[in-house]
Amino acid sequence: MKQPITWQIAAVKTIQQETPKVKTLTLRLPDWIPHRPGQHYDLRLTAPDGYQAQRSYSIASEPERRGEIDLTIERLEDGEVSTYLHDVIQVGDQIEVRGPIGGYFVWEAKLGGPLLLIAGGSGVVPLMAMLRHRATSGSQVPTRLLYSSRTPEDVIYAGQLARWQALTDGLKIFHTFTRTQPANWAGYARRIDSEMLREVAHPLLPAPFTFVCGPTPLVEAVANGLVQIGVPPERIRTERFGPTGGSG
Amino acid sequence: MDKEPMDLNQMLILDGNAAAGLLEEIFAAEMTASPTECAHCGRQGEVATLVAFTYSPGLVLRCPACENVMIRIVETPEAVYIDARGAAYLRLERRAS
Amino acid sequence: MSDRFVSRGFTGKRRQKPEAVERVPPGQYLTDDFPVLSAGPTPRTALYQWTFTIEGAGGESIHWSWQEFLQLPAQSYLVDIHCVTKWTKLDTRWEGVSIDTLLEQIDLDPRAVYVTAFCDGGYTTNMPLPDVLNGRAFVAYRYAGQPLAPEHGGPARLVVPHLYFWKSAKWVRGLRLMEKDKPGFWESLGYNNRGDPWKEQRYWGD
Repeated sequence: MKQPITWQIAAVKTIQQETPKVKTLTLRLPDWIPHRPGQHYDLRLTAPDGYQAQRSYSIASEPERRGEIDLTIERLEDGEVSTYLHDVIQVGDQIEVRGPIGGYFVWEAKLGGPLLLIAGGSGVVPLMAMLRHRATSGSQVPTRLLYSSRTPEDVIYAGQLARWQALTDGLKIFHTFTRTQPANWAGYARRIDSEMLREVAHPLLPAPFTFVCGPTPLVEAVANGLVQIGVPPERIRTERFGPTGGSG
Repeated sequence: MDKEPMDLNQMLILDGNAAAGLLEEIFAAEMTASPTECAHCGRQGEVATLVAFTYSPGLVLRCPACENVMIRIVETPEAVYIDARGAAYLRLERRAS
Repeated sequence: MSDRFVSRGFTGKRRQKPEAVERVPPGQYLTDDFPVLSAGPTPRTALYQWTFTIEGAGGESIHWSWQEFLQLPAQSYLVDIHCVTKWTKLDTRWEGVSIDTLLEQIDLDPRAVYVTAFCDGGYTTNMPLPDVLNGRAFVAYRYAGQPLAPEHGGPARLVVPHLYFWKSAKWVRGLRLMEKDKPGFWESLGYNNRGDPWKEQRYWGD
């Protein structure tokens, strides 16, 4: 049963620094309902004089974690909302949110696989919800994540991704670094292109469920590349993030 | 795959996912997974695949194939104005009761 | 005022500038940025194909190529601009051609009472003809000492600083002079037909 989305006041339970510019807020929601991995919440700030600013942030956590959600937020230098969420918000503060929102860019284990996930920067956040849900539900569908970051320090959830990489439940993770690479790096060190997509996606072809998320230029380039290597367009779902780091 | 570098206006262009909250607020239904059709060129696809201009006095959703305006929404303090003439139809999924 | 939730410690990035308060219309806040707003993708008309056209109300018309347009007498402008989305930017510098200069080149049919600006990509905006006369409006091709950037409407845009900035049509290609008023892109869907920021004419009925 679907309820209409209304604003609720969430409480900040924990704040976790993921990378120098990225934090995860865990919010406890009084009217929590399970979300579908890939969905987002809208978040709204209100100043004393009534001025409001609103942004959307993808849910990073799995729906199996009841009563609370993780929102992972990149701090943008002149971001009105992200600077507040990084520099001012404290544990115990309250934030207005509404959701969960979205019905297109979602994956649940019951949909099956294979599953191809491609992320640029903070575009990894909704894909993380999918991967956490996949792990918690015990799904073993063949899955590959291709994650583009500028530098190794920018990799969000690096620890969790490394732990998953060590398992044998059908998930493989590929990083590419476009600016600087780790010492002795033997992996990809360039922007995602068709050749990289072909190599990474190869075992999942011809028609994996494919989700691409990140800044508009990356999403467009990757979607075109996927079509070039033969992934049917109807299997590709994309979500563009603006320079604000969220989908609007 | 490298086209000319995008200007800021191009980089701010999002997709129908960015309109999900507003559409659900207005139509009381999840709209982004809903199929729709361009009234101008006939292209079919989910609302989430439309080209979204959200940095604007109002929301504008355009057809990704022909760039025609499909849906416009303006919010004022007293009302919401909707022009969906560019969409051949909108589909609102029923809520299970 | 109702019992509305307030976010602790949030004020937004609006600036206060007490010495400029009389330059900020009601309901506006100051910004140092120049936000990019648009209803469509950046058009890509090559300069050798670009023209600016004035269409008179009686069928008369005149147009200039890009090179011809650059030969027209141009001026520098220093103006404040006000967007209906509530930001105001003071002291913006432009170079361009006054609408008066353009209209001097054509024998105007006197039935012309309104003007519609039309643009690459299909955007339109409308106003009474007097709102673009007597130095009140110009077609700008330089901003802050540089050629006007595509995201801000380059190669050329209309600038009508005394009205809300949605009237300052980006990627403008001409003016159509008309006997009858025709609401443009935003004026036809809830935004005020005139848009005077000093009377806070944002929406229909304001």
